[in-house]
Amino acid sequence: MPEDGRKVTVTCKVNGLERTLRVYPLARLLDVLREELHLTGTKEGCGEGECGACSVLLNGQLANSCLIPALQADKAEIATIEGLASPDCLHEVQQAFIEAGGAQCGICTPGMIVAAVNLLARIPQPTEGEIRFGLAGNLCRCTGYMKIFQAVVRACRRQRERVSA
Amino acid sequence: MRSYLPDYELVTPANLSEALALLARQPGAWKPFAGGTDLMVLLEAGKLPHKKFFSLWHLEELKDIAVADDAVVLGALTTYTEVLNHPVLQKEFPLLCQAARQTGGVATQNRGTLGGNIANASPAADSSPALLVYDAELELVSARGTRSLPYHRFHLGYKVMDLQPDELIRAIRLPRVHKPRVQYYRKVGTRRAQAISKVVFAGVAEMAGGGVRDVRIALGSVAPTVLRCGQTEEAVRGQRIDSQTIKRAQAALAGEIAPIDDIRSTRRYRRQVSLRLLADFLQRCAGSVQG
Amino acid sequence: MPRVIGQPVPRKEARDKVTGQARYVDDLSFPGMLRGVTVRSTCPRARIKKIHFDASIPWDEFVIVTAKDIPGKNCVTLLLEDQPCLADTVINHPEEPVVLLAHADKYLLEEARRAVWIEVEPLPAVLTLEDSLARKEIIWGADNVLKAIHLEKGNVDEVWSQADFIVEGEYETGAQEQLYIEPNGMVAVANPQEGVTVWGSMQCPYYVHRALVPLFGLPENKVRVIQVETGGGFGGKEEYPSMIAAHAALLAWKSGRPVKIVYDRAEDMAATTKRHPSRTRHRTAVSKEGRLLGMEIEFVLDGGAYATLSAVVLSRGTIHAAGPYLCPNVRVRSRAMATNTPPQGAFRGFGAPQSTFALERHLNKVAQAVGLPPEELRRRNFLREGETTATGQVIREKVALADLLARALELSDYHAKLKRFAAENATRQEKKGIGFATFMHGAGFTGSGEKYLASVVGVEATPEGRVRILTASTEIGQGTNTILCQIAAETLGLELERVEMAAPDTAAVPNSGPTVASRTCMIVGKLVESAALALKQTLEGSGFLPRQYSQQEFGEACRRYMEKFGPLRTYSQYQLPPEIQWDEENYKGDAYGAYAWAAYVAEVTVDSLTCEVRVDDFVAVQEVGRVVNPVLAAGQIEGGVAQGIGYALYENVVWQEGRMMNNQMTNYIMPTSMDVPRIRVYFEEIPYARGPAGAKGLGELPLDGTAPAIANAIENATGVAVDRLPVLPEHLLDLLEASRA
Repeated sequence: MPEDGRKVTVTCKVNGLERTLRVYPLARLLDVLREELHLTGTKEGCGEGECGACSVLLNGQLANSCLIPALQADKAEIATIEGLASPDCLHEVQQAFIEAGGAQCGICTPGMIVAAVNLLARIPQPTEGEIRFGLAGNLCRCTGYMKIFQAVVRACRRQRERVSA
Repeated sequence: MRSYLPDYELVTPANLSEALALLARQPGAWKPFAGGTDLMVLLEAGKLPHKKFFSLWHLEELKDIAVADDAVVLGALTTYTEVLNHPVLQKEFPLLCQAARQTGGVATQNRGTLGGNIANASPAADSSPALLVYDAELELVSARGTRSLPYHRFHLGYKVMDLQPDELIRAIRLPRVHKPRVQYYRKVGTRRAQAISKVVFAGVAEMAGGGVRDVRIALGSVAPTVLRCGQTEEAVRGQRIDSQTIKRAQAALAGEIAPIDDIRSTRRYRRQVSLRLLADFLQRCAGSVQG
Repeated sequence: MPRVIGQPVPRKEARDKVTGQARYVDDLSFPGMLRGVTVRSTCPRARIKKIHFDASIPWDEFVIVTAKDIPGKNCVTLLLEDQPCLADTVINHPEEPVVLLAHADKYLLEEARRAVWIEVEPLPAVLTLEDSLARKEIIWGADNVLKAIHLEKGNVDEVWSQADFIVEGEYETGAQEQLYIEPNGMVAVANPQEGVTVWGSMQCPYYVHRALVPLFGLPENKVRVIQVETGGGFGGKEEYPSMIAAHAALLAWKSGRPVKIVYDRAEDMAATTKRHPSRTRHRTAVSKEGRLLGMEIEFVLDGGAYATLSAVVLSRGTIHAAGPYLCPNVRVRSRAMATNTPPQGAFRGFGAPQSTFALERHLNKVAQAVGLPPEELRRRNFLREGETTATGQVIREKVALADLLARALELSDYHAKLKRFAAENATRQEKKGIGFATFMHGAGFTGSGEKYLASVVGVEATPEGRVRILTASTEIGQGTNTILCQIAAETLGLELERVEMAAPDTAAVPNSGPTVASRTCMIVGKLVESAALALKQTLEGSGFLPRQYSQQEFGEACRRYMEKFGPLRTYSQYQLPPEIQWDEENYKGDAYGAYAWAAYVAEVTVDSLTCEVRVDDFVAVQEVGRVVNPVLAAGQIEGGVAQGIGYALYENVVWQEGRMMNNQMTNYIMPTSMDVPRIRVYFEEIPYARGPAGAKGLGELPLDGTAPAIANAIENATGVAVDRLPVLPEHLLDLLEASRA
């Protein structure tokens, strides 16, 4: 069996930090983040791009990291849940999830929050339909989504208040 | 991850001609890899027998939506997100936008590409019936040159395509039609988002003089390939829409489709729903004349 | 003065969860850790002849475990000892574990898993409930019956001649996958010197502990089980984690290295337990005034290949089969049958969703026969205080069902919509309908269950002057951490921040029973309350705590007490209230300490072209005693309703030769954010005397009534009776075409 033979060097920026990695070219970005970079906030729920627990931002776009081969992340900018908040200041969406009860078991939460942040970046004042559509790739088995919608509404109200202040 | 990852290769040609040269050197040895939304799923499940791939994702020659007077040309790497946000497509090819919007979720729409979807050749592809009713043409390239092929002649059988081992899909050309048309798209999926289709129906009709002047009908998930339904179109073309026409069209459609039972639906359901959607489409056509 | 109970305080571990810092089992790593996988059977029933290891794999690098490597008893100890940890001589279902492998390279490990071939001699299998009942083959015990229950009230045989109407019906429900978004997993460290320690995703640390002790033949203090952050359970992590813990521990024991087993989604769905498929037959005698005179019910569950929890699932389903209605004569005959499919198990509701679906569909049929509106029929039969349930339990609390139903119908605008839909449907392709269900769910273990569990909870003071709760009740997303802290804080007059949870580690916390059966708030919460009260009394008795005290004074009192006497820890053990009497033999008496009561209304649209059903509005009104945390409580109901929508409309397990064929999230369909309506949740609060601050249980309740409310709405929209779950468009199309023919 070849040891390292087929591994390639991938350079990317993860949460603002330049990273150089030796990985198999088809290694899942999800595994690279979790196992090489120990960024375990990104979760695996299905491994087939269905549940969205592994959502990250790849060059600003929402992506399922279980479906991104490491080689295609070369030269990319990646943001994970760990990159959203500083230790003492949460992102507005994170704060809203806490207050509205948007997290229950928490396993879909990082991906859901990344998807919500991406949604609000694209559509700062989404309608309920746009929230539902924007989060449709992130499955949650605990909440029935109600408190997640409320969290998104709360977060965009905060954003609006901040911008107008 | 059920595949043995050290066995797999993915290389990055610098540009299109390098990619075509790679294909030409050993036709069939290397296969293209676009956004990964299908291939990575197979890899995870341990069901990806082919092991050597080259990445297309960064190839500029396969990107861009070009709008000309007579056609819109979509690079094979056009993503669903790009489709559904494009103003000309929204206005003139709404069925394609609807299909794009109903494919997966946002993350899948960001990575899934039209070319990749066509080459994956799933009979359940959401966008293919829309492409078929818009008379899409494929631009296929190889080191030998470029050829153009009507999309309805591309799928030859289950996962069998008129695509040589050294060829790539470069672009999809949609002829622009400036006449008013009735446009109809319905995806019947397993749920309202993130769903694989049980039946996809697309129809386009040009009405004149109280009847159907011209019509295109295509379905997905009801045969080994996505299907342009020529006989059904024939049963309708030039006809006034009444219950007789609808019955004749349904009979023709029943003869053209060959649905099966699988884990997502049944043969019977697919057949009945296909016939009902056809009737619904034709009634909308009739309604457009009266309205 | 209540200050914490009833407040929508954020969950304790919310910050860790929203920042990605919460550590789940797959986030754990140990030096030198190996990965483990399970090689499983592919056929439903067979004799094992030989296990072949393909020569393409460097087997000397692998740790290989078979049944022969088990140091103690080869079984997953739970209720009966019929299920092996690793199949040895016979296979009783597909996906049964046979061989375990471990290696540091997870990719090579998968190659190796494919290179093991289990040579078998196939045996005839039983794959359907009908074949099991018909004893086509005897595959379990003497008659394939995993458990039979016979419940009698009055004399049902004498009512038929007095009945104005006799209404019969048959109802079926399918299997349902729990589909927690975090797949199952365990990490184990095990060796003869230190014993066995496992960390993992689970609901019940002491169930895992109980299974590992005989498997390794170790003393109890040599086995330690620690629950880490768990990404959902819904019953699916009640019993199967014992199996996975056993596997990881066996590999660790043999290799001397830490071993992690985490299932991928496909394995989790194919191999682990699901909700029991069911078939229920009703025969009901009713007077022309709409009074229920007699109910004869046959309730059958498909339990799969081993007993697991089927007996208790059957029990709860049986007790809920006659619902919250007064009927003087009831007979329920229930059986859980064996089939050669992976064993079914616990899933939120635990038998009650199955029998409640049947009853709430059936009562609409009864109403039709009598010529009463369905709400009127129910009103005339609702149980009231002082009346008796099917088990003869005298209800000693106020039952507000009539009020709940009235409120639910009003909030949903039921009567106006009923009229409007009837008028509009005639000319519309999209048919609209509205329907409801009224139901109950018993909180806590059935009958004497809580007495035998004899759960214990501790509360201790910390050197920082805080209070820590010692319990094996786990947080799996439902809010255990938060509500138990709220209860303790309320009891002690402390700020919530001053109360914390000890990690659920069997070496550090007492056995508080499993985290199941809507018992955590009502039963365990009550123990927290009494242990906290005991701590306060101890402090008061010591003279360190004044009658009126500030937060600081409380902390100071703890410190001074601990300086003088050492650790300050108080425990409380469950005592069966004297009024609860249960006769297990005859299924008579107080089945549950308390019930939650509810009325749910669903509004649907059925597309008559495609027969797809969409839920447009959902009103859930319930009485669950005092609500400890309104946000968490509403979150429980909303999530349960969404699972109920899945159960009603989408979630279909496709079986072939005893195997699940659609074991991917792509093909097993749970609701997305586009598939749920606005779910409107309302609570009536009638404090329950024996609950902590008056609370009862509510976690399972929403699964019972959601599906029948939706099915009744579909009947209202289409005019056809839908008596089988899930109501797939394929099924509805057949029903509608048959009704037209």
